Amino acid sequence: MKLKDTGELNELKRQSLVLLKNRRISSPLTTLEALGKPRHIMVCGGTGCHASDSPEIAALLKEELNQRGLSDQVEVLQTGCFGFCEKGPILEIHPDNIMYVQVSTTDVADIVEEHFIQGKQVERLLYVDPSSEQRLSSDFPFYHSQLRIALRNCSYIAPEDIREYIAADGYQALAKVLFNMSPASVIEEIKKSGLRGRGGGGFPTGVKWELTSQGEAAQRYIICNADEGDPGAFMDRSILEGDPHSVLEAMLIAGSAIGATHGFIYIRAEYPLAIHRLEIAINQAREYGLLGEKILGSDFSFDVDIKYGAGAFVCGEETALIHSIEGARGEPSVKPPFPAQEGLWGKPTCVNNVETFANIPPIILRGSDWFAGIGTEKSKGTKVFALAGKVNNVGLVEVPMGTTLRQIIFDIGGGIKNHKSFKAAQTGGPSGGCIPTKYLDTPIDYESLISIGSMMGSGGLIVMDDSDCMVNIAKFFLEFTVDESCGRCTACRVGTKRLHEILTKITEGKGTLDDLDSLEQLSKIIKDTSLCGLGQSAPNPILSTIEYFRDEYLAHIVDKSCPAGVCKSLVKYKITDKCKGCTLCTKHCPANCISGSVKEPHIIDEERCLKCGVCMEKCRFGAIVHH
Amino acid sequence: MCNNPLLKDPYQQLDDYIDSIPYKKENLILILHRAQEIFGYLPDKVQWHIAQKLDLPSAKIYGVVSFYSFFTMKPRGKHVANVCMGTACFVRGSEKLQKEVESQLGIKTGQTTEDQLFSLDSVRCIGACGLAPVMTVDGKVHGRLETTADIKQALAKYRPEGTPEEAKGSNSNI
Repeated sequence: MKLKDTGELNELKRQSLVLLKNRRISSPLTTLEALGKPRHIMVCGGTGCHASDSPEIAALLKEELNQRGLSDQVEVLQTGCFGFCEKGPILEIHPDNIMYVQVSTTDVADIVEEHFIQGKQVERLLYVDPSSEQRLSSDFPFYHSQLRIALRNCSYIAPEDIREYIAADGYQALAKVLFNMSPASVIEEIKKSGLRGRGGGGFPTGVKWELTSQGEAAQRYIICNADEGDPGAFMDRSILEGDPHSVLEAMLIAGSAIGATHGFIYIRAEYPLAIHRLEIAINQAREYGLLGEKILGSDFSFDVDIKYGAGAFVCGEETALIHSIEGARGEPSVKPPFPAQEGLWGKPTCVNNVETFANIPPIILRGSDWFAGIGTEKSKGTKVFALAGKVNNVGLVEVPMGTTLRQIIFDIGGGIKNHKSFKAAQTGGPSGGCIPTKYLDTPIDYESLISIGSMMGSGGLIVMDDSDCMVNIAKFFLEFTVDESCGRCTACRVGTKRLHEILTKITEGKGTLDDLDSLEQLSKIIKDTSLCGLGQSAPNPILSTIEYFRDEYLAHIVDKSCPAGVCKSLVKYKITDKCKGCTLCTKHCPANCISGSVKEPHIIDEERCLKCGVCMEKCRFGAIVHH
Repeated sequence: MCNNPLLKDPYQQLDDYIDSIPYKKENLILILHRAQEIFGYLPDKVQWHIAQKLDLPSAKIYGVVSFYSFFTMKPRGKHVANVCMGTACFVRGSEKLQKEVESQLGIKTGQTTEDQLFSLDSVRCIGACGLAPVMTVDGKVHGRLETTADIKQALAKYRPEGTPEEAKGSNSNI
């Protein structure tokens, strides 16, 4: 059914509201009265929960409800990411406002029996708040300091049904832009909102749109950059999986403002679920006439195609991405000319990141003043972070700019796993740096992160504890950049390899103090002489760890020891006098290098020790230590 | 690789696909994706065939194939295991996981077992950081792999029934 005008869009919205009327009012854009039947079970279909069998859980729920004759009263829907990945798979029941966590396929029968037939909540599947030790059915502390704008619809609507998106004010911003605003006023509105690129660079989005719209051109293009290559980041894929239409709508808005009639979404082939949901969304949008010729009866025509990446981190850089779409090697080229002047096939091209796009429809609907009122002086709105590593609540969080790391890691993230102590937080992936404890209270925005030697990046936030070796972390990131350097600039291609070699030397206990100077000197050269962001930022993990964790480098170089006990060549295991002579370690030692008789302290033969650490893990008395 | 004689000639399948898309040279990467789906990998012969079909220098095809890590020029095993080496998995022990999988399969990352059953590779973040450390086999995610038994169990699902598992040693943390 093609929507011919805004009247038909509004009529469809009116009819579709029934789909959402039972849901909790979590969308900041929608006010609905919750009442009536049917009830909805929203099963998380994000990547993490998907991997823990959430599709099977959804299928079993449907089957069980069917057998119990409840299928007309309870509907099962797959949504996007709830964000609380740590406790996945998650499901939420509307309008009961109850969330069940860590649900498995064997819980299905109990949920149907207890919740829907007996009418009481399944206690054992409720979330236990670690601080109060109480079972909570909703309103977890995890969500308290969050503000969901880009993620507004993730977990709230079923992403595979366009009517749900339309009911949640979907495509209203497009209608407003097409019929009530001029292209110049749209660009002005985005500029005034202060929205900056969420892919990492932080370039003002409105300015980019303005630059692309200038000058004469037969064709212009809109590209959505969904090549999320940063290891440990999954914001963009979660938005595409949970709310693909918001990205399509934003691309349409950008297209109408800039004067483009075609858009491309460049997405990693490693994201099959996101691709699947996008394909469904594009087909539905075409079916409803929201993509194609004369959209909603206006003069504006626009269509979108998906382009697949093939596993190259550098393709997140906009010129490299454009070359990849053209079917070539994804190597960056010299700017200027900027893509805004000469981009895809030589035409003006606007490249924006997924999360940037997801912010556009709310800005148009609620106005730039509302958006500019959130965040800090120079960084407006919110940022989505993929919180992972040694933190209790791994997940996807969206917070206003200016929130501190401490709030994110301790209030939302629930602190460090296994009661260990915080050591560093890594932001910006291979381009960012490690932030030590003393900066935990820095309000996060683009400028503050750069000033402390890291960067916003796309939003990966990895938490590390005292069992992580910072030299080894730096080596890990360099291994990544060595792999991913496209090879075009010598400084990056050869330089990162040399950096990696020096780091390897240090972790093997063969480093010298001169190596430390070489690291710093070479890092600066690579930063100054590389063409694109990859090379310019590749040394950041080294520079920031040397600055904040110099002691640890010195321990490796001078004392030949690894304080965290990670670098194998430097670790020595020792049995202390706490040993009770239980012989458990002897039984598990693969090298048979532990000797001693029953009930007497044992000894490790360091010459033959493989440094596997099994003995330390097995010891029940904490008698084995490494140093 | 597709050896089923009942199916169409793979080269014919690829040609039909190329004929069906509007732009050819611009869609080289898409065509290579499809070719890898059909053949399982991209040997010289296939690259040469695409070069002729699209009227492009074969050096250009090779340049693109060798640039992107998703494309492979070596035949793969029946099942492809990928250990996630994203940062979140790394800080939760993916290095140890990789070593243990290597030892259970008896191959190094990047290699294929002699019986062509498994190929082992690494991947950079699949977004299941809540389940770290993770490994995918044929796209299916296996999470929280923390003991040798977890890994043995995950791999056993892909071995033909009744084959002895190659894993050695007792169940211990990796």
